[in-house]
Amino acid sequence: MSCWETVADYAFRSLGFGERLLPRSDFTLCQQFTLIGSGLIWNVYYGALALGFGFFLAVSLAVGKAAANPLFRKPAEWFIFVFRGSPLFIQFFLAYFLFLKLKQWQPVFDPLTSAVLGALIVLFFNTAAYSGEIFHGALRSVPRGDVEAAEAYGMTGWTKFRRVIFPTMLRLGWPSYTNEAIFLFHATTLVFFSGFPAWQQKGDALYYASYFADKTFNPFIPYPIVAFYFVLLTLVLIGLFGLVNRRLNRHLPQDQRPRMRLKPQILR
Amino acid sequence: MFSYCEDPSTLDGLVWLSCYLTTGKQFLFYQSFGTVLILLFITAPVALAFGFGGAIAARSRIAPLRWVGKLYIAMVRGVPDIVYFMFFVIALDQALEWLRHKWKCPDWDQPIRQGSDFIVCAQAKLPLSAAPQVWHEVYNASLAIFTFGIVFGAFAANVLFGAMRAVPRAQIETAEAYGMTPRQAFWRILVPQMWIYALPGLSNLWMILIKATPLLFLLGVEDIVYWARELGGSANPRFTDYPHGDWRLWYFLALLVFYLAFTRLSEIVLGRLTERLSHGQATLGGVKQGKAA
Repeated sequence: MSCWETVADYAFRSLGFGERLLPRSDFTLCQQFTLIGSGLIWNVYYGALALGFGFFLAVSLAVGKAAANPLFRKPAEWFIFVFRGSPLFIQFFLAYFLFLKLKQWQPVFDPLTSAVLGALIVLFFNTAAYSGEIFHGALRSVPRGDVEAAEAYGMTGWTKFRRVIFPTMLRLGWPSYTNEAIFLFHATTLVFFSGFPAWQQKGDALYYASYFADKTFNPFIPYPIVAFYFVLLTLVLIGLFGLVNRRLNRHLPQDQRPRMRLKPQILR
Repeated sequence: MFSYCEDPSTLDGLVWLSCYLTTGKQFLFYQSFGTVLILLFITAPVALAFGFGGAIAARSRIAPLRWVGKLYIAMVRGVPDIVYFMFFVIALDQALEWLRHKWKCPDWDQPIRQGSDFIVCAQAKLPLSAAPQVWHEVYNASLAIFTFGIVFGAFAANVLFGAMRAVPRAQIETAEAYGMTPRQAFWRILVPQMWIYALPGLSNLWMILIKATPLLFLLGVEDIVYWARELGGSANPRFTDYPHGDWRLWYFLALLVFYLAFTRLSEIVLGRLTERLSHGQATLGGVKQGKAA
Protein backbone atom coordinates (compact mmCIF):
# COMPACT_ATOMS: atom_id res chain seq x y z
CA MET A 1 0.00 0.00 0.00
CA SER A 2 1.50 3.30 -1.02
CA CYS A 3 1.72 6.23 1.31
CA TRP A 4 -0.89 8.19 -0.62
CA GLU A 5 -3.42 5.43 -0.14
CA THR A 6 -2.67 5.44 3.57
CA VAL A 7 -3.21 9.18 3.68
CA ALA A 8 -6.50 8.78 1.80
CA ASP A 9 -7.61 6.05 4.22
CA TYR A 10 -6.56 7.59 7.49
CA ALA A 11 -6.25 11.36 7.08
CA PHE A 12 -9.72 11.92 8.58
CA ARG A 13 -9.90 8.73 10.63
CA SER A 14 -10.15 10.75 13.85
CA LEU A 15 -13.42 12.24 12.57
CA GLY A 16 -14.76 8.83 11.55
CA PHE A 17 -14.18 9.01 7.79
CA GLY A 18 -12.15 6.55 5.75
CA GLU A 19 -10.88 3.17 6.87
CA ARG A 20 -12.69 1.93 9.98
CA LEU A 21 -10.06 -0.43 11.39
CA LEU A 22 -6.81 0.98 12.68
CA PRO A 23 -3.64 -0.69 11.40
CA ARG A 24 -2.87 -3.73 13.55
CA SER A 25 0.53 -4.93 12.44
CA ASP A 26 3.43 -3.95 10.18
CA PHE A 27 3.15 -0.32 11.11
CA THR A 28 4.74 2.02 8.62
CA LEU A 29 6.11 5.46 9.33
CA CYS A 30 3.54 6.83 6.91
CA GLN A 31 0.66 5.32 8.89
CA GLN A 32 1.96 6.80 12.10
CA PHE A 33 2.45 10.24 10.62
CA THR A 34 -1.00 10.20 9.01
CA LEU A 35 -2.97 8.93 11.98
CA ILE A 36 -1.26 11.13 14.54
CA GLY A 37 -1.73 14.11 12.24
CA SER A 38 -5.36 13.12 11.89
CA GLY A 39 -5.67 13.16 15.67
CA LEU A 40 -4.23 16.66 15.74
CA ILE A 41 -7.52 17.86 14.23
CA TRP A 42 -9.11 17.30 17.65
CA ASN A 43 -6.36 19.17 19.45
CA VAL A 44 -6.89 22.13 17.16
CA TYR A 45 -10.67 21.84 17.57
CA TYR A 46 -10.53 21.90 21.37
CA GLY A 47 -7.85 24.55 21.53
CA ALA A 48 -9.39 26.94 19.01
CA LEU A 49 -12.96 26.75 20.30
CA ALA A 50 -12.05 26.88 23.99
CA LEU A 51 -9.78 29.84 23.34
CA GLY A 52 -12.36 31.60 21.19
CA PHE A 53 -15.23 31.29 23.66
CA GLY A 54 -12.92 31.53 26.67
CA PHE A 55 -11.72 34.97 25.64
CA PHE A 56 -15.10 36.57 26.32
CA LEU A 57 -15.59 34.84 29.64
CA ALA A 58 -12.01 35.76 30.57
CA VAL A 59 -12.61 39.46 29.94
CA SER A 60 -15.84 39.30 31.96
CA LEU A 61 -14.02 37.54 34.80
CA ALA A 62 -11.21 40.10 34.76
CA VAL A 63 -13.67 42.99 34.92
CA GLY A 64 -15.67 41.13 37.56
CA LYS A 65 -12.62 40.50 39.72
CA ALA A 66 -11.67 44.18 39.49
CA ALA A 67 -15.19 45.34 40.37
CA ALA A 68 -15.83 47.15 43.64
CA ASN A 69 -19.17 45.44 44.14
CA PRO A 70 -18.64 42.13 45.98
CA LEU A 71 -21.66 40.72 44.17
CA PHE A 72 -19.56 40.60 40.99
CA ARG A 73 -16.14 40.33 42.58
CA LYS A 74 -16.65 37.28 44.79
CA PRO A 75 -18.01 34.88 42.13
CA ALA A 76 -15.23 35.89 39.73
CA GLU A 77 -12.59 35.40 42.42
CA TRP A 78 -13.92 31.99 43.36
CA PHE A 79 -14.25 30.84 39.78
CA ILE A 80 -10.65 31.78 39.06
CA PHE A 81 -9.45 30.25 42.33
CA VAL A 82 -11.17 26.90 41.76
CA PHE A 83 -10.05 26.46 38.18
CA ARG A 84 -6.50 27.73 38.70
CA GLY A 85 -5.97 26.00 42.03
CA SER A 86 -6.82 22.46 40.97
CA PRO A 87 -5.33 20.15 38.35
CA LEU A 88 -7.00 20.10 34.95
CA PHE A 89 -6.77 16.32 35.03
CA ILE A 90 -8.99 16.19 38.13
CA GLN A 91 -11.36 18.74 36.60
CA PHE A 92 -11.82 16.49 33.58
CA PHE A 93 -12.63 13.47 35.76
CA LEU A 94 -14.95 15.45 38.01
CA ALA A 95 -16.79 17.00 35.07
CA TYR A 96 -17.20 13.64 33.36
CA PHE A 97 -18.74 12.00 36.41
CA LEU A 98 -20.89 15.07 37.02
CA PHE A 99 -22.17 14.88 33.44
CA LEU A 100 -22.88 11.16 33.90
CA LYS A 101 -25.02 11.99 36.92
CA LEU A 102 -26.83 14.71 35.01
CA LYS A 103 -27.47 12.28 32.19
CA GLN A 104 -29.07 9.78 34.56
CA TRP A 105 -31.26 12.51 35.93
CA GLN A 106 -32.29 14.06 32.61
CA PRO A 107 -31.52 12.40 29.25
CA VAL A 108 -31.26 15.91 27.74
CA PHE A 109 -27.71 16.09 29.10
CA ASP A 110 -26.59 13.09 27.07
CA PRO A 111 -24.32 15.03 24.66
CA LEU A 112 -22.36 16.41 27.60
CA THR A 113 -20.88 12.99 28.36
CA SER A 114 -19.18 12.85 24.98
CA ALA A 115 -15.67 14.24 24.70
CA VAL A 116 -16.72 16.54 21.85
CA LEU A 117 -18.83 18.74 24.10
CA GLY A 118 -18.00 17.77 27.68
CA ALA A 119 -14.23 18.17 27.44
CA LEU A 120 -14.68 21.38 25.49
CA ILE A 121 -16.69 22.87 28.35
CA VAL A 122 -14.01 21.99 30.90
CA LEU A 123 -11.25 23.44 28.72
CA PHE A 124 -13.38 26.53 28.12
CA PHE A 125 -13.81 27.18 31.86
CA ASN A 126 -10.19 26.34 32.57
CA THR A 127 -8.69 28.68 30.00
CA ALA A 128 -11.19 31.40 30.92
CA ALA A 129 -9.97 31.25 34.52
CA TYR A 130 -6.27 31.40 33.61
CA SER A 131 -6.76 34.15 31.01
CA GLY A 132 -9.10 35.98 33.38
CA GLU A 133 -6.28 36.18 35.91
CA ILE A 134 -3.89 37.41 33.22
CA PHE A 135 -6.32 40.10 32.06
CA HIS A 136 -7.05 41.06 35.65
CA GLY A 137 -3.36 41.70 36.17
CA ALA A 138 -3.24 43.69 32.94
CA LEU A 139 -6.31 45.66 33.96
CA ARG A 140 -4.63 46.70 37.19
CA SER A 141 -1.59 47.94 35.32
CA VAL A 142 -3.47 50.15 32.87
CA PRO A 143 -1.63 53.49 33.29
CA ARG A 144 -3.49 55.98 35.45
CA GLY A 145 -2.77 58.73 32.97
CA ASP A 146 -4.64 56.90 30.19
CA VAL A 147 -7.77 56.69 32.32
CA GLU A 148 -7.48 60.33 33.39
CA ALA A 149 -7.04 61.41 29.79
CA ALA A 150 -10.19 59.49 28.84
CA GLU A 151 -12.08 61.20 31.64
CA ALA A 152 -10.75 64.58 30.56
CA TYR A 153 -12.34 63.94 27.18
CA GLY A 154 -15.63 63.37 28.95
CA MET A 155 -15.74 59.62 28.45
CA THR A 156 -17.50 57.58 31.08
CA GLY A 157 -18.65 54.03 31.70
CA TRP A 158 -18.93 51.83 28.66
CA THR A 159 -17.32 54.30 26.21
CA LYS A 160 -14.29 54.70 28.46
CA PHE A 161 -13.95 50.95 28.83
CA ARG A 162 -14.37 50.15 25.16
CA ARG A 163 -12.12 52.86 23.77
CA VAL A 164 -9.38 53.21 26.37
CA ILE A 165 -9.26 50.60 29.12
CA PHE A 166 -10.04 47.46 27.10
CA PRO A 167 -7.50 48.04 24.29
CA THR A 168 -4.75 48.90 26.79
CA MET A 169 -5.57 45.89 28.92
CA LEU A 170 -5.44 43.62 25.89
CA ARG A 171 -2.15 45.14 24.78
CA LEU A 172 -0.52 44.69 28.17
CA GLY A 173 -1.80 41.18 28.72
CA TRP A 174 -1.17 39.88 25.22
CA PRO A 175 2.31 38.30 25.68
CA SER A 176 1.09 36.31 28.70
CA TYR A 177 -2.10 35.46 26.88
CA THR A 178 -0.05 34.00 24.03
CA ASN A 179 1.71 31.84 26.57
CA GLU A 180 -1.62 30.69 27.98
CA ALA A 181 -2.88 29.84 24.49
CA ILE A 182 0.15 27.61 23.92
CA PHE A 183 -0.50 25.87 27.24
CA LEU A 184 -4.13 25.37 26.37
CA PHE A 185 -3.25 23.57 23.16
CA HIS A 186 -0.85 21.39 25.12
CA ALA A 187 -3.53 20.67 27.70
CA THR A 188 -5.88 19.33 25.03
CA THR A 189 -3.76 16.17 24.92
CA LEU A 190 -5.17 15.20 28.34
CA VAL A 191 -8.76 14.84 27.14
CA PHE A 192 -8.73 11.19 26.12
CA PHE A 193 -6.69 10.07 29.12
CA SER A 194 -9.11 11.40 31.69
CA GLY A 195 -12.38 9.55 31.68
CA PHE A 196 -13.88 10.90 28.50
CA PRO A 197 -14.19 7.88 26.22
CA ALA A 198 -12.89 7.86 22.64
CA TRP A 199 -15.79 6.50 20.57
CA GLN A 200 -14.77 4.06 17.84
CA GLN A 201 -11.13 4.99 18.45
CA LYS A 202 -11.64 8.56 17.33
CA GLY A 203 -8.98 10.24 19.42
CA ASP A 204 -6.48 13.05 19.44
CA ALA A 205 -2.80 13.05 18.45
CA LEU A 206 -1.53 11.65 21.74
CA TYR A 207 -4.24 9.00 21.75
CA TYR A 208 -3.00 7.56 18.47
CA ALA A 209 0.63 7.97 19.51
CA SER A 210 0.07 5.94 22.65
CA TYR A 211 -1.87 3.40 20.55
CA PHE A 212 1.21 2.92 18.38
CA ALA A 213 3.55 2.91 21.37
CA ASP A 214 1.45 0.22 23.04
CA LYS A 215 1.30 -1.91 19.93
CA THR A 216 4.94 -1.65 18.87
CA PHE A 217 6.61 -1.29 22.30
CA ASN A 218 8.69 1.35 20.61
CA PRO A 219 8.20 4.86 22.01
CA PHE A 220 10.98 6.31 19.87
CA ILE A 221 8.84 6.82 16.77
CA PRO A 222 5.28 7.90 17.68
CA TYR A 223 6.14 10.35 20.49
CA PRO A 224 8.70 12.31 18.49
CA ILE A 225 6.05 12.56 15.75
CA VAL A 226 3.61 14.11 18.25
CA ALA A 227 6.39 16.40 19.42
CA PHE A 228 7.05 17.46 15.83
CA TYR A 229 3.40 18.27 15.21
CA PHE A 230 3.12 20.24 18.42
CA VAL A 231 6.25 22.27 17.73
CA LEU A 232 4.69 23.19 14.38
CA LEU A 233 1.39 24.05 16.06
CA THR A 234 3.18 26.19 18.64
CA LEU A 235 5.07 28.07 15.93
CA VAL A 236 1.86 28.76 14.01
CA LEU A 237 0.23 29.97 17.23
CA ILE A 238 3.12 32.30 18.03
CA GLY A 239 2.95 33.64 14.48
CA LEU A 240 -0.78 34.35 14.64
CA PHE A 241 -0.63 35.93 18.09
CA GLY A 242 2.39 37.95 16.95
CA LEU A 243 0.29 39.46 14.15
CA VAL A 244 -2.38 40.49 16.64
CA ASN A 245 0.30 41.84 18.95
CA ARG A 246 1.64 44.01 16.13
CA ARG A 247 -1.79 45.42 15.50
CA LEU A 248 -2.42 46.12 19.18
CA ASN A 249 0.83 48.05 19.47
CA ARG A 250 0.73 49.85 16.13
CA HIS A 251 0.24 53.31 17.70
CA LEU A 252 3.42 53.11 19.75
CA PRO A 253 6.79 54.44 18.57
CA GLN A 254 8.92 51.70 16.98
CA ASP A 255 11.38 51.31 19.84
CA GLN A 256 8.73 51.05 22.55
CA ARG A 257 6.78 48.22 20.98
CA PRO A 258 7.10 45.02 22.98
CA ARG A 259 8.55 42.36 20.75
CA MET A 260 6.96 38.96 20.56
CA ARG A 261 9.82 36.62 21.14
CA LEU A 262 9.92 33.33 19.32
CA LYS A 263 10.83 31.78 22.65
CA PRO A 264 7.70 31.87 24.74
CA GLN A 265 7.85 31.74 28.51
CA ILE A 266 7.22 28.25 29.70
CA LEU A 267 5.43 28.85 32.96
CA ARG A 268 1.77 29.49 33.44
CA MET B 1 -12.83 -0.29 63.00
CA PHE B 2 -15.50 0.67 65.51
CA SER B 3 -17.20 -2.04 67.56
CA TYR B 4 -20.65 -1.20 66.17
CA CYS B 5 -19.46 -1.97 62.63
CA GLU B 6 -19.96 -5.74 63.05
CA ASP B 7 -22.94 -5.93 60.72
CA PRO B 8 -23.01 -2.97 58.31
CA SER B 9 -26.31 -4.00 56.69
CA THR B 10 -28.18 -2.99 59.84
CA LEU B 11 -26.66 0.48 59.98
CA ASP B 12 -27.69 3.63 58.19
CA GLY B 13 -27.00 7.34 58.02
CA LEU B 14 -23.90 8.81 59.60
CA VAL B 15 -23.12 5.66 61.57
CA TRP B 16 -22.95 3.66 58.35
CA LEU B 17 -20.76 6.35 56.80
CA SER B 18 -18.37 6.33 59.78
CA CYS B 19 -17.99 2.57 59.34
CA TYR B 20 -17.64 2.86 55.55
CA LEU B 21 -14.95 5.51 55.82
CA THR B 22 -12.85 3.39 58.17
CA THR B 23 -12.71 0.15 56.18
CA GLY B 24 -9.34 -1.23 55.14
CA LYS B 25 -9.74 -0.20 51.53
CA GLN B 26 -10.50 3.35 52.52
CA PHE B 27 -7.24 3.44 54.45
CA LEU B 28 -5.42 2.46 51.28
CA PHE B 29 -7.04 5.53 49.72
CA TYR B 30 -5.89 7.75 52.59
CA GLN B 31 -2.41 6.28 52.36
CA SER B 32 -2.23 7.16 48.70
CA PHE B 33 -2.44 10.85 49.70
CA GLY B 34 0.74 10.19 51.63
CA THR B 35 2.24 8.49 48.58
CA VAL B 36 1.51 11.55 46.47
CA LEU B 37 3.03 13.90 49.04
CA ILE B 38 6.13 11.72 49.39
CA LEU B 39 6.57 11.54 45.62
CA LEU B 40 6.11 15.30 45.44
CA PHE B 41 8.72 15.99 48.10
CA ILE B 42 11.20 13.63 46.44
CA THR B 43 10.52 14.95 42.96
CA ALA B 44 11.02 18.61 43.85
CA PRO B 45 14.69 18.32 44.91
CA VAL B 46 15.42 15.93 42.02
CA ALA B 47 13.95 18.43 39.58
CA LEU B 48 15.85 21.27 41.23
CA ALA B 49 19.09 19.30 40.92
CA PHE B 50 18.42 18.60 37.24
CA GLY B 51 17.57 22.27 36.78
CA PHE B 52 20.73 23.44 38.51
CA GLY B 53 22.82 21.11 36.36
CA GLY B 54 21.03 22.28 33.23
CA ALA B 55 21.50 25.93 34.09
CA ILE B 56 25.22 25.47 34.79
CA ALA B 57 25.61 23.51 31.56
CA ALA B 58 23.85 26.27 29.61
CA ARG B 59 26.31 28.83 31.04
CA SER B 60 29.36 26.68 30.39
CA ARG B 61 32.30 27.98 28.40
CA ILE B 62 32.65 24.63 26.66
CA ALA B 63 30.50 24.85 23.56
CA PRO B 64 29.12 21.28 23.32
CA LEU B 65 28.14 21.32 26.99
CA ARG B 66 26.46 24.70 26.47
CA TRP B 67 24.51 23.33 23.53
CA VAL B 68 23.33 20.38 25.58
CA GLY B 69 22.20 22.75 28.34
CA LYS B 70 20.38 25.07 25.95
CA LEU B 71 18.75 22.13 24.19
CA TYR B 72 17.59 20.77 27.54
CA ILE B 73 16.04 24.13 28.46
CA ALA B 74 14.42 24.47 25.04
CA MET B 75 13.05 20.93 25.28
CA VAL B 76 9.90 21.75 27.22
CA ARG B 77 8.84 24.56 24.90
CA GLY B 78 6.41 23.67 22.20
CA VAL B 79 5.71 20.10 23.26
CA PRO B 80 3.11 19.10 25.89
CA ASP B 81 4.76 17.78 29.05
CA ILE B 82 2.48 14.75 29.10
CA VAL B 83 4.13 13.56 25.86
CA TYR B 84 7.45 13.51 27.70
CA PHE B 85 5.93 11.68 30.63
CA MET B 86 4.56 8.93 28.46
CA PHE B 87 7.73 8.78 26.38
CA PHE B 88 10.33 8.76 29.15
CA VAL B 89 8.69 6.08 31.26
CA ILE B 90 8.89 3.53 28.44
CA ALA B 91 12.14 4.86 27.01
CA LEU B 92 13.97 4.81 30.35
CA ASP B 93 12.70 1.33 31.10
CA GLN B 94 13.85 0.02 27.73
CA ALA B 95 17.19 1.82 27.96
CA LEU B 96 17.93 0.29 31.38
CA GLU B 97 16.92 -3.18 30.27
CA TRP B 98 18.95 -2.87 27.10
CA LEU B 99 22.06 -1.83 29.05
CA ARG B 100 21.66 -4.72 31.47
CA HIS B 101 21.03 -7.02 28.54
CA LYS B 102 24.32 -5.97 26.92
CA TRP B 103 26.11 -6.51 30.18
CA LYS B 104 24.54 -9.75 31.42
CA CYS B 105 23.94 -11.64 28.19
CA PRO B 106 26.81 -10.75 25.83
CA ASP B 107 26.33 -13.92 23.76
CA TRP B 108 22.69 -13.23 22.87
CA ASP B 109 22.52 -13.06 19.08
CA GLN B 110 18.87 -12.27 18.32
CA PRO B 111 17.81 -8.66 17.71
CA ILE B 112 16.20 -6.76 20.59
CA ARG B 113 13.26 -5.59 18.54
CA GLN B 114 11.47 -8.44 16.84
CA GLY B 115 8.50 -7.03 14.98
CA SER B 116 6.34 -5.52 17.67
CA ASP B 117 8.21 -6.98 20.61
CA PHE B 118 11.01 -5.74 22.78
CA ILE B 119 12.91 -8.81 23.94
CA VAL B 120 15.78 -8.97 26.39
CA CYS B 121 17.10 -12.03 28.17
CA ALA B 122 15.40 -13.04 31.42
CA GLN B 123 18.31 -11.98 33.63
CA ALA B 124 18.12 -8.45 32.27
CA LYS B 125 14.47 -7.86 33.08
CA LEU B 126 13.85 -5.00 35.48
CA PRO B 127 12.80 -5.84 38.06
CA LEU B 128 13.39 -9.59 37.73
CA SER B 129 10.12 -11.38 37.08
CA ALA B 130 10.65 -13.40 40.28
CA ALA B 131 11.03 -10.27 42.40
CA PRO B 132 8.30 -9.56 44.96
CA GLN B 133 5.48 -7.18 44.09
CA VAL B 134 6.95 -4.42 46.24
CA TRP B 135 9.97 -4.08 43.98
CA HIS B 136 7.79 -3.72 40.92
CA GLU B 137 6.00 -0.85 42.60
CA VAL B 138 9.22 0.75 43.80
CA TYR B 139 10.69 0.45 40.31
CA ASN B 140 7.59 2.02 38.75
CA ALA B 141 7.59 4.84 41.27
CA SER B 142 11.28 5.61 40.77
CA LEU B 143 10.84 5.67 37.00
CA ALA B 144 7.97 8.09 37.48
CA ILE B 145 10.00 10.29 39.82
CA PHE B 146 12.95 10.31 37.46
CA THR B 147 10.69 11.24 34.55
CA PHE B 148 9.11 14.07 36.51
CA GLY B 149 12.60 15.15 37.52
CA ILE B 150 13.78 15.35 33.93
CA VAL B 151 10.77 17.28 32.66
CA PHE B 152 10.42 19.67 35.59
CA GLY B 153 14.19 19.98 35.72
CA ALA B 154 14.00 21.56 32.29
CA PHE B 155 11.47 24.10 33.60
CA ALA B 156 13.67 24.74 36.64
CA ALA B 157 16.78 25.09 34.47
CA ASN B 158 15.02 27.85 32.55
CA VAL B 159 14.16 29.67 35.78
CA LEU B 160 17.62 29.28 37.32
CA PHE B 161 19.36 30.27 34.09
CA GLY B 162 17.35 33.49 34.07
CA ALA B 163 18.01 34.08 37.77
CA MET B 164 21.77 33.66 37.35
CA ARG B 165 21.72 36.28 34.63
CA ALA B 166 19.61 38.61 36.77
CA VAL B 167 22.23 38.93 39.52
CA PRO B 168 23.78 42.36 38.94
CA ARG B 169 26.98 42.15 36.94
CA ALA B 170 28.69 44.51 39.39
CA GLN B 171 28.50 41.86 42.11
CA ILE B 172 30.62 39.45 40.08
CA GLU B 173 33.01 42.22 39.10
CA THR B 174 33.48 43.08 42.76
CA ALA B 175 34.23 39.44 43.52
CA GLU B 176 36.80 39.40 40.73
CA ALA B 177 38.31 42.60 42.06
CA TYR B 178 38.80 40.84 45.40
CA GLY B 179 40.78 38.20 43.58
CA MET B 180 38.23 35.38 43.57
CA THR B 181 38.48 32.75 40.88
CA PRO B 182 35.44 32.31 38.61
CA ARG B 183 34.53 29.19 40.56
CA GLN B 184 34.67 31.00 43.89
CA ALA B 185 32.71 33.95 42.52
CA PHE B 186 30.08 31.54 41.24
CA TRP B 187 29.59 29.63 44.49
CA ARG B 188 30.09 32.44 46.98
CA ILE B 189 28.51 35.41 45.22
CA LEU B 190 26.25 34.28 42.38
CA VAL B 191 24.54 31.24 43.89
CA PRO B 192 23.56 32.83 47.23
CA GLN B 193 22.14 35.89 45.48
CA MET B 194 20.30 34.21 42.65
CA TRP B 195 17.56 32.62 44.80
CA ILE B 196 15.54 35.78 45.26
CA TYR B 197 15.42 36.23 41.49
CA ALA B 198 14.56 32.56 41.02
CA LEU B 199 11.88 32.46 43.70
CA PRO B 200 8.90 33.77 41.70
CA GLY B 201 9.64 31.30 38.92
CA LEU B 202 10.28 28.44 41.34
CA SER B 203 7.08 29.12 43.29
CA ASN B 204 5.19 29.04 40.03
CA LEU B 205 6.93 25.79 39.19
CA TRP B 206 6.00 24.28 42.55
CA MET B 207 2.35 25.08 41.84
CA ILE B 208 2.61 23.45 38.42
CA LEU B 209 4.31 20.44 39.99
CA ILE B 210 1.50 20.04 42.53
CA LYS B 211 -1.04 20.21 39.75
CA ALA B 212 0.90 17.67 37.69
CA THR B 213 0.88 14.98 40.41
CA PRO B 214 -2.40 13.38 39.25
CA LEU B 215 -0.55 12.51 36.05
CA LEU B 216 1.39 9.95 38.10
CA PHE B 217 -1.72 7.85 37.60
CA LEU B 218 -0.94 7.67 33.88
CA LEU B 219 2.57 6.45 34.69
CA GLY B 220 1.25 3.44 36.54
CA VAL B 221 1.55 4.63 40.14
CA GLU B 222 -1.32 3.66 42.43
CA ASP B 223 -2.07 7.22 43.48
CA ILE B 224 -5.16 9.04 44.65
CA VAL B 225 -6.73 9.09 41.19
CA TYR B 226 -6.36 5.33 40.95
CA TRP B 227 -7.99 4.75 44.32
CA ALA B 228 -10.73 7.32 43.76
CA ARG B 229 -11.72 5.47 40.60
CA GLU B 230 -11.43 2.07 42.28
CA LEU B 231 -13.44 2.90 45.38
CA GLY B 232 -15.85 5.35 43.78
CA GLY B 233 -17.24 2.92 41.22
CA SER B 234 -20.52 1.31 42.18
CA ALA B 235 -19.99 -1.43 44.77
CA ASN B 236 -22.02 -4.58 44.30
CA PRO B 237 -23.62 -6.06 47.47
CA ARG B 238 -22.28 -9.46 46.45
CA PHE B 239 -18.66 -8.43 46.87
CA THR B 240 -18.76 -5.95 49.71
CA ASP B 241 -20.50 -5.28 52.98
CA TYR B 242 -20.83 -1.64 52.01
CA PRO B 243 -22.74 -1.49 48.73
CA HIS B 244 -23.23 1.94 47.16
CA GLY B 245 -23.92 3.47 43.76
CA ASP B 246 -21.52 5.34 41.53
CA TRP B 247 -19.76 7.70 43.94
CA ARG B 248 -16.84 8.67 41.75
CA LEU B 249 -18.22 12.21 41.54
CA TRP B 250 -17.88 12.62 45.32
CA TYR B 251 -14.45 11.01 45.43
CA PHE B 252 -13.15 13.34 42.77
CA LEU B 253 -14.80 16.27 44.52
CA ALA B 254 -12.76 15.33 47.59
CA LEU B 255 -9.60 15.28 45.45
CA LEU B 256 -10.47 18.70 44.05
CA VAL B 257 -10.86 20.12 47.55
CA PHE B 258 -7.57 18.50 48.60
CA TYR B 259 -5.72 20.13 45.72
CA LEU B 260 -7.38 23.50 46.28
CA ALA B 261 -6.35 23.45 49.94
CA PHE B 262 -2.84 22.33 49.09
CA THR B 263 -2.22 24.99 46.43
CA ARG B 264 -3.70 27.68 48.70
CA LEU B 265 -1.46 26.63 51.58
CA SER B 266 1.58 26.61 49.28
CA GLU B 267 0.69 30.09 48.07
CA ILE B 268 0.64 31.44 51.61
CA VAL B 269 3.90 29.75 52.62
CA LEU B 270 5.71 30.85 49.45
CA GLY B 271 4.46 34.40 49.97
CA ARG B 272 6.04 34.46 53.43
CA LEU B 273 9.25 32.94 52.08
CA THR B 274 9.51 35.64 49.41
CA GLU B 275 9.18 38.27 52.08
CA ARG B 276 11.94 36.70 54.15
CA LEU B 277 14.35 36.27 51.27
CA SER B 278 13.82 39.87 50.17
CA HIS B 279 15.56 41.12 53.32
CA GLY B 280 18.54 43.23 52.39
CA GLN B 281 18.32 42.51 48.67
CA ALA B 282 18.79 45.14 46.00
CA THR B 283 15.31 44.45 44.61
CA LEU B 284 12.16 46.56 44.82
CA GLY B 285 10.76 44.35 47.58
CA GLY B 286 13.94 44.48 49.61
CA VAL B 287 14.25 48.26 49.30
CA LYS B 288 10.63 48.69 50.36
CA GLN B 289 11.26 46.59 53.48
CA GLY B 290 14.37 48.63 54.27
CA LYS B 291 12.40 51.88 54.08
CA ALA B 292 9.63 50.54 56.29
CA ALA B 293 12.06 49.55 59.01
